[in-house]
Order: sequence, then structure tokens, then C-alpha cells
Amino acid sequence: MSIVFIVLGAVMLLFIVAPPLKTVFSSSPGTLWNTLLEEDVYSSILLTVSAALTATLIGLFLGVPLAYLLARHQFRGKRFLEAIIDVPIVIPHSAAGVALLFVFGSNFLFGKILNGIGIGFFRSFSGVVIAMMFVSVPFLIDAAKEGFKAVDVRLEKVARTLGASAWSSFFRVSLPLAWRSIFSGSVLMWARGLSEFGAIIIIAYSASFLGWNPKVLPILVANRFDFGLEYALPVAAIAILISLIAFVGLRAIAYRGEKA
Amino acid sequence: MIAIKNLKVNLGDFLLHNISLNIESGEYFIVVGPTGAGKTVLLESIAGLYPVLEGEVWIGEKKITGLSPERREIGIVYQDQALFPHLSVEKNIAFGLKMRKCPKHEVRSKIDTIVGIVGIAHLLNRSPATLSGGEKQKVALARALVTEPKVLLLDEPLSALDPETRERMQEELREIHRRIGLIVIHVTHDFEEAIALGHRVAVLNDGCIAQIGTPEEFLRRPSSEFVARFALTRNILSGRVVGAENGCTLIDIGGIKVRATMEASGEVRLSLRPEDILISKEPLQSSARNCFLGVVSDIVHRGSVIYVTLNLPPDFVCIVTRQAFDELELRKGLEVWVTFKASAIHVF
Repeated sequence: MSIVFIVLGAVMLLFIVAPPLKTVFSSSPGTLWNTLLEEDVYSSILLTVSAALTATLIGLFLGVPLAYLLARHQFRGKRFLEAIIDVPIVIPHSAAGVALLFVFGSNFLFGKILNGIGIGFFRSFSGVVIAMMFVSVPFLIDAAKEGFKAVDVRLEKVARTLGASAWSSFFRVSLPLAWRSIFSGSVLMWARGLSEFGAIIIIAYSASFLGWNPKVLPILVANRFDFGLEYALPVAAIAILISLIAFVGLRAIAYRGEKA
Repeated sequence: MIAIKNLKVNLGDFLLHNISLNIESGEYFIVVGPTGAGKTVLLESIAGLYPVLEGEVWIGEKKITGLSPERREIGIVYQDQALFPHLSVEKNIAFGLKMRKCPKHEVRSKIDTIVGIVGIAHLLNRSPATLSGGEKQKVALARALVTEPKVLLLDEPLSALDPETRERMQEELREIHRRIGLIVIHVTHDFEEAIALGHRVAVLNDGCIAQIGTPEEFLRRPSSEFVARFALTRNILSGRVVGAENGCTLIDIGGIKVRATMEASGEVRLSLRPEDILISKEPLQSSARNCFLGVVSDIVHRGSVIYVTLNLPPDFVCIVTRQAFDELELRKGLEVWVTFKASAIHVF
């Protein structure tokens, strides 16, 4: 049985590993370097990385308190709420983009309010951020919730009796003990944000590859694919390399923290 | 002193109610009860960790019912110690002082004093993960005591320890309490631990207090069958008062008539502690008013003592030492004399 499982597992691994490796090794280092120096490519990298980072930071600020509440309190409708938080994972991302447009578009409720204070979402950095955040924040909330659940509530109770306020107890006990889960969730959220295409193209680019510039990496790859595979390949390789290096690096930091 | 007046705490599926306690300064008070009786809820309510529905908690002249936990000056130690795993032993102990903004030079001297009392000076640089159960318990105690609380709450502090460490920790708890002299409220499910440590004991059952008293009162005068059972009174029987004889109440317990000094009438429940029963090969010449011939029907070895079941009928369980067991050559089916005093019978 073990041999059969090993063979099946190896096929699965090959399926996961072969496409990105083949893509990365299809371009020479020189081609990759020259592509990296193209203005629309490095602008795209900067936009993608910074938008995903911004989305993650907002996700941390708004998602961690929600995760803590879900981990610590029992209330009616909690399971329903948890299911709602995971909805962005399961709905088609282009549909998510349309849904976001309905809320944050300049003719709609939040869009009108935020436009009033100078934050627009159509063909803008904010639009990219909000699309990335919508599709990826469940990963952060779920990981943070599990992290807080793993912290014994009695540690917080002891901290309170020792003179810590509820805030101090959270920042000095709960957060330091849950940080690895929160960090892992943040890495996942950031990485998922990097790869977002469907929602971004609706809200930030309004279905036009030739509209607003710069473009996020997934859209730049698709844009270049219109001109041929050879043209898209180096950008795709760079996108894969950036994701891999960042993801592996950040996971290693989290793992080192876990071992320490 | 700490006074708890008609405390009521509702946790939805559990209700703690009618809790009234007056615990004197320097008293070591034990709350004992079975699992699910509400012992931890009671402690955490006193600490302010659960909202109180009704009632009041006072420490001395100060009403603390509405105060948040950090302002109550109450320390707590849990069964699994709940040491902060991300902090060293020293930082664990210093945590409360830091939270209470104690000046740095005082932090050092207070830590030195408390680790001296508890005997953990050699552990200060260690991580909690590397400590044994007994060491963790001492660190948790030091952490709670260093802030000089007025009341110390101990939530089953010895339950997770091995028997030898538990016994040693009982001694150390007694000694630490003697040296510091603050009010301790210690909850446990172990009645023997309760009588070994407590000046007074409260038995908690199903969210309310079944009896408060000294260990002696629990042993001699349990207020109910539940308390008697919890106090390890193994002989609880039904009977009917059939008369009086020489100043004693005569009770028929279905086979034999026993004499009790307590007055009673009608149908009764009565208890007799196993250690109050004497076994002999011949009838004893003593002042004891109850002496019957019985047959050994069961023998259970429990470490240093042996539980012997005697059928009179009905069945009585008594405790004998290993030495007495050997001298009497006890074995199943052996006929022996069973003797106990009329005052040993407690009628509910």
C-alpha cells in the first residue's frame, strides 16, 4: 500500500512543481534580468507587492480583533458568521470584483462616502488593494482565530488578576502567544493577494487590459500573453520567482520563531 | 477578612447561587466538591473574572463586587499553573509588579524576597517549559504572592502533581501560608487534602454550599448524605427508630439494632465512619455500646491500609492497618467481632 501511495503522491507533487519550474527555467537569467529592468515590469512588481502589503496591513488591523472575538466568545450565529468570513474563498473572483464594484463604485454607498474624502477605487491603487483584501483576508482571520484559540484563556485571566487591564492582557499575553499563527496567516494573505486577477481586473481595470497603468503582475502576464507566449513567459517566471522567494522566506521566519 | 454575601452567578447552563462565606484574616479556607460543582466558577467570580448577577464581595471594609480583576488585589493559581510560556521564570514573577508599575529597585528586592520564601531562586533564568510540575507550581505561587494580594485563590493546585510531590507541596503550602499569613481560598475535589490543609471547609454541590465547618465537624457531623459520602463515610444506612435504651436511641437497620447517642424518630438515614469500627477475635471489654458478630465478606488492599467489608448483616466497611490485618489473620469468611461507640453513629 505504501508504494502505491508514494507513487500517487509523487505524481501529485510533479503536477504541482513541474509547471512553475518549467516556466522559470524556460527563460535565461539574462532574459529575466532584462525583463526585470523594463519599466512596466518593475512598476508592476512594485504595485503588486505594495498593494498586497497594504491589503495585509489593513487586514491585520481589522481582522485580528475579529479573529480574537471569534476565538474567545460564544454567541448565537457565530457559525454563520464564520461561514460568511470564508465566502470570499469560494465565490468566483470576477464575481467578487463585480460585488465590490457595487459597494465601492463611485455611484454606490461606500464608494460615494470614500470618494468624498478623496479615496477612489476605479483604476486606482485603492481598488487593487480592496480587491486583494477581499479575496485573501479570510486566510488571515482563520489563522489568527486558530492562534488565539490555542492560547489558554487562563493565561489572560491570570494576567488580569496580576494587574493587567484587558488591553495589556491582550498585547502582553494573547498577541505574543498567537503571533506565529497571525504571521503565517499574514503571509498566506499577502501571497494570495499577489496572485489575484479576477477581482482586480473588474474593480481596478474595468475589464480593459489597456486602461490604467501600471498593471499588477497577474494582469501584466495576461496582457503580454495577448502578444504571444514568448512575450509572457519571462514576466510569468519573474512573478513565480517573487512569490516563491517571498513565501518561502517568510514561512522560514515563522518556522524559526516556532522552533525558538 | 473576606465576606461573600448571597453570591449568584449565571453562566447560562450553570448557576452558582446562595453563596455566603465569611473568611477571617489569615484563614486557610478550603472549598471542596465534585467535578462540576462550581468550585472554579466561585473562585473566578471572587476574582472578578465572571460578572456577578446578585450578591456582594467585600475585602475588609471595601466592597469589590464592581471592581475589575486588576483592581481587586486578589491572586490566583490554577491547577496547570498557567505560567506565561513566552516569558522566563523571572519575567513571569515580575509580570504583576510591572503591571502595577512598581519601581525597578523594588521589583528586584520583592522578587528576591518571594523566591527566597518559595525556594525557587535557582530557577529564575529557566523557561517554564523546562520546569517540573512542582517547580511550576512554586513559580505560579511566587508570581501570585509577589504582588502582595490580600486574598490568594488556589484552583486545585495539587491535582496535577504526583502523590509524593503533592504531599511535599501540601507541607510547603502550609509553611508558606504560615509565613505570609494571608487569606487563602483553596479549591479541591480531594476531601483528604481538604482536611489536611483547611482551617475550615465548605462543601460545594451543584452550585451551592452544602455545609461549612471544621474538618472535625465534617468527619463527625455531616449535614447530609451527600456530604457524608463526599467525606468518605463509607457506611451510610437506612433504619427505623424502634425505641430508647439506657439513654441511647435504638435503631433497627435491617438485621441488627444499633445504639446511637443522637435523638431521632421514625425512618432515618445514618452514617458510621470506617475508622470508628474496631474488629477483634473476641468480644471487646469496652464502653462501646454496639458489639456484633460478623463475617468478613470482602478485603481490598489500599496501600498502607486495608478496607474490610463485614457482613453483620447489613454490610459495614472498616479500615484496618496492615499490622492489625496480619495479627487478626483476616480472610474472607472469618467470623469476627465488630465494635463501635454509640456516639460514632450520626443520624441525618
